[in-house]
Amino acid sequence: MRDLLPEMPSALDVKDLHISRKGKVLLDVCSLSLDGPGPTLILGPNGSGKSLLLRCLHGLISPDRGEVTQDGLPLGAEQKANQAMVFQNPVLLRRSVSANLDFVLKRQGLNRILRKQRITELLAEGGLEDKARQSARSLSGGEAQRLAILRALASEPETLFLDEPTSALDPGATQMIERMVLRASSRGVRIVMVTHDIGQARRLAADIVMMQGGQIVEHGAAKKVLDAPESDASRRYLAGGLVV
Amino acid sequence: MQNFAAEFSHALSLIFTGDSELWAIVLLSLKVSVLAVLISAVIGMPVGAALAVARFPGRRMMIILMNALMGFPPVVVGLLVYLMLSRSGPLGVLELLYTPTAMIIAQMVLVIPIIAALTRQVVEMLAEEYSEQLRSLGVSRLASVPVLLWDARLALVTALLAGFGRAIAEVGAVIIVGGNINHVTRVMTTTIALETSKGNLALALALGAILIGIAIAVNAMVSALALRAEQEGLRHA
Repeated sequence: MRDLLPEMPSALDVKDLHISRKGKVLLDVCSLSLDGPGPTLILGPNGSGKSLLLRCLHGLISPDRGEVTQDGLPLGAEQKANQAMVFQNPVLLRRSVSANLDFVLKRQGLNRILRKQRITELLAEGGLEDKARQSARSLSGGEAQRLAILRALASEPETLFLDEPTSALDPGATQMIERMVLRASSRGVRIVMVTHDIGQARRLAADIVMMQGGQIVEHGAAKKVLDAPESDASRRYLAGGLVV
Repeated sequence: MQNFAAEFSHALSLIFTGDSELWAIVLLSLKVSVLAVLISAVIGMPVGAALAVARFPGRRMMIILMNALMGFPPVVVGLLVYLMLSRSGPLGVLELLYTPTAMIIAQMVLVIPIIAALTRQVVEMLAEEYSEQLRSLGVSRLASVPVLLWDARLALVTALLAGFGRAIAEVGAVIIVGGNINHVTRVMTTTIALETSKGNLALALALGAILIGIAIAVNAMVSALALRAEQEGLRHA
């Protein structure tokens, strides 16, 4: 079990990733390797290609050229099955809270007793014990995002992608999400998260990928990127300047 | 000039005294239309859902055709089904003409496009919202169909009720293929047409009142479901 045996998460590598539409380059990443143990945060202004990169890493978008590999293997069904993603606006099934979790657990092939047990554990993990029978669509923004994370974690992924999961949440709800993310990371789940919140990057990141104009302008240990950025774009962004 | 008050009074007495002829007609109407809608749902919902999620050449054309079929004139449908089922038609050997089954078939031809088109619309909008999430969870396009149908269930019940409304109010097609035979294929709408022409307004009014009652009940159910769906955040379309 992942809970009992934290292990080094699988490495994600990107080579020569390129996406353009109508002559405009949206993503142009020569090389990126995510193999460290802690959370990776992708930071940058709107339209810098953060979410696009995340979708390519998860196989939701096929690049015009280039390749994403996990532990040296191209992204196939097996690799994708070891990944999960949480979107900026949580997409919850029009069912109860527990039925949203059950949907994933059923796909895992767990029997009824194990599913029930796992749902109880997951709801406790997200502080949603008293919401089990409630319609998922009636949850508050923070609760809905917590449920989306729990549902993603229900499949016990090796890699969890999060696309600005706290961008519409208040500080209290953000804190709860960040705690869940850190707990998952400490259990050995590779976290790759998009944010434009510098404070969040400081709180969570082990390493930071800084993006601008579809390109990676800097990638390194969080402390180094945040305290002594090498690129002008990073310096301006971190200084709070308007980077467009 | 007929005494309408007396006819109304007679109509009410037919309803409330449980007139066997009247209620036999009501029962047959409900049986024919409910069966037509249920069978139409089994065919129309998967077709609508498949059109919503599948991508193939000619899909757009099929959607246009299906939408056009929603407005198909019922008498033309009746004529086509009549030609299919008549003794010299391709299905004449089944001897279904002037039976309730023929009426069910005619109503199905009218209802299937309604259910399929509404299902396609509802499921397509839901599929757009769910698309990335379901792909992220490893759900294929084909496997997403039951997920989408289930999650659109309240909107789909509305589609069923819309189909039922069309079926139960139908007169042109069922009179052609059913023949309006007493105690065999006489349903509410065809009886109203016949009895009015004969001047037997009491029976026509009684059936008319029940038909209006059914229409109001169906619409009330649609509104209640829409409200519930909105409250629970289950509605999409």
